Amino acid sequence: MAGNSDKSLLLLIRHSPYGSSLARASIDVALAAAAFDQTVSLLFLGDGVLQLLPDQDTATGGLRNMGKLLASLPLYDIEQVYVDAEAAARYQLDLHGAPVATQALDREAMSRLLSSHDHLLGF
Amino acid sequence: MNYALLVMSSPFSGQGALTAARFACSVLARGHSISRVFFLDAGTSSGAAAAVTPQDEEDRLQPWVELAEQHPLELILCIASALRYGMLDETEARRYEKPSATIHPAFTVSGLGQLVDAGAGADRLVTFGG
Repeated sequence: MAGNSDKSLLLLIRHSPYGSSLARASIDVALAAAAFDQTVSLLFLGDGVLQLLPDQDTATGGLRNMGKLLASLPLYDIEQVYVDAEAAARYQLDLHGAPVATQALDREAMSRLLSSHDHLLGF
Repeated sequence: MNYALLVMSSPFSGQGALTAARFACSVLARGHSISRVFFLDAGTSSGAAAAVTPQDEEDRLQPWVELAEQHPLELILCIASALRYGMLDETEARRYEKPSATIHPAFTVSGLGQLVDAGAGADRLVTFGG
């Protein structure tokens, strides 16, 4: 790794899990950053909160299961996972059943989270 | 200031990829540097060597090729995305027994580590598309 390695990274994830390939791409970026020992946090917002739906079953759809991928995040030491509380409420999401443990944030807390990171990557 | 760019927009739809190329030109014209432009997902199509732009539209490939010729910056296509989109260099074309390379030689294919590395060394990491 060249250059400074002390940049904190926040991924803003806005895509629903199976509507586009960017949902998968964003998680791949998070895993790569963690593999290179970068500090990485995730914020699911808007339609992106649908990635946190409990018990995702993709067998009949022929798609990779995003829920299983998210469940593996703690294995890569990615534990800072945040969710837009307003969007989660709008989708009546059961965050206790989400594939990965999250912290729900209101708008003000999200704003603080954004300003506390060096680099924001918007997906 | 040192910039790194992440381009996820397809060059064939919307304005994101074109905006990225124009942004890169402006950044360099103002005396800043760009270490690397990383293309992810649909953005990897920016490297398509054989894409033909209609005559009344701005060419999507040429701005990147000129940037790479005139400045010491790297144009890198995410290998996982590139393979899905059929964006192959000579090595990958041989590896997967495809008839020929499909990307312009100004671009290289590599892993997501190159994005992470570029971000870690950059003052600003700017994303286009997504």
